[in-house]
Amino acid sequence: LAASATQGHVAHHFEDAGQQHEVATLGMWVFLATELMVFGGLFAGYTVYRVSYPEAFARASQSLNVGYGAVNTLVLLTSSLTMALGVWAVQTNRRRPLTWFLCATVALGTAFLVVKGFEYYGDYRDGLMPFLPGNFDPDEWKPHTEPAGPDWEPTQRKKAPASSSQPRKRGAFEDPENYDPGTQRMPIETRVAFPDQVKLFFSFYYVMTGLHALHLIIGITWLGILTLMAGRGRFNAEYYFPVEVGGLYWHFVDVVWIFLLPLLYLVGTAHWHH
Amino acid sequence: MTHHVTPPRGYVLIYVALIVLTVATVSIAFLELPEWAHLWIGLAIATAKATLVVLFFMHVWYSTRLTWVVALSGLLWLTILLVYVLTDYLSRGWVGVPGR
Repeated sequence: LAASATQGHVAHHFEDAGQQHEVATLGMWVFLATELMVFGGLFAGYTVYRVSYPEAFARASQSLNVGYGAVNTLVLLTSSLTMALGVWAVQTNRRRPLTWFLCATVALGTAFLVVKGFEYYGDYRDGLMPFLPGNFDPDEWKPHTEPAGPDWEPTQRKKAPASSSQPRKRGAFEDPENYDPGTQRMPIETRVAFPDQVKLFFSFYYVMTGLHALHLIIGITWLGILTLMAGRGRFNAEYYFPVEVGGLYWHFVDVVWIFLLPLLYLVGTAHWHH
Repeated sequence: MTHHVTPPRGYVLIYVALIVLTVATVSIAFLELPEWAHLWIGLAIATAKATLVVLFFMHVWYSTRLTWVVALSGLLWLTILLVYVLTDYLSRGWVGVPGR
């Protein structure tokens, strides 16, 4: 107890800094085990529906932009490297490198979100947001000249429209006159053949990437606070468990994305070519 | 406190391996392989990458046995979730279900 009295950063209920460090990291691991189950539920649901509708999932996955997914993977892996180097810096009492490594990690995490934002905008522009009215459904792209009659049945959607030269609306803000079906990332045949299954894939895509992005926002905020604390020289080789624990969270978010890349982006890249 | 300090060279080595595996998984995804091969290669590479991150970036390799137990217990619960869900859904087509 005499030793801990000389170390202001050790809370009174711990024997020493070492015990405090072990307890904090172990607590983070317990939390991450529960986080694994949060994402695990989504992965389980995804697995069930992918097994049920393999072709629709492959076709839907094809319309995602692999480039965005791959680049974002590299960005996130690099951010994990800078985070790990930040832990090395603080373990060896390099305070200024610690601040810069944390800064770099925050910047790379933000870059990931910016790329994701561009990707989401592209998805919106190309009519891949089924939860937005009129953004995905081929039925709703038709000019509203002929209203749906009383004999309208959902089965009619199975038939591809006779003439694709008809102007169709692309997204809510797009000009129907300039619509070109050839520029669609997802051909109209796929939308007509697998309307609900494709929507299911995109539901998983948006919820899984969205929950991942939320975790990233929390991580960026967390590491931003750590950066400020590091800038004020709050951490050293004896007291750095907040950096270690923040790093554990950051790497966990990275691990989730490592699995999202093949499961969302790389499903139908070699099959069912349009 | 005597924590294991991984030198930057070690972290960079792991990072290079992660980048190589990412390039590999994206490249392989465009090869003409059977569908099941794509699924399992993608998952195997992702698992390899995740293992590298967990063991070395997250320092489990140098951690106490208690940390190992907690980390593996998370994996155990996830396995139970996935295996039990799939034993149901994958086996539905195998036997005739009365009334279906």
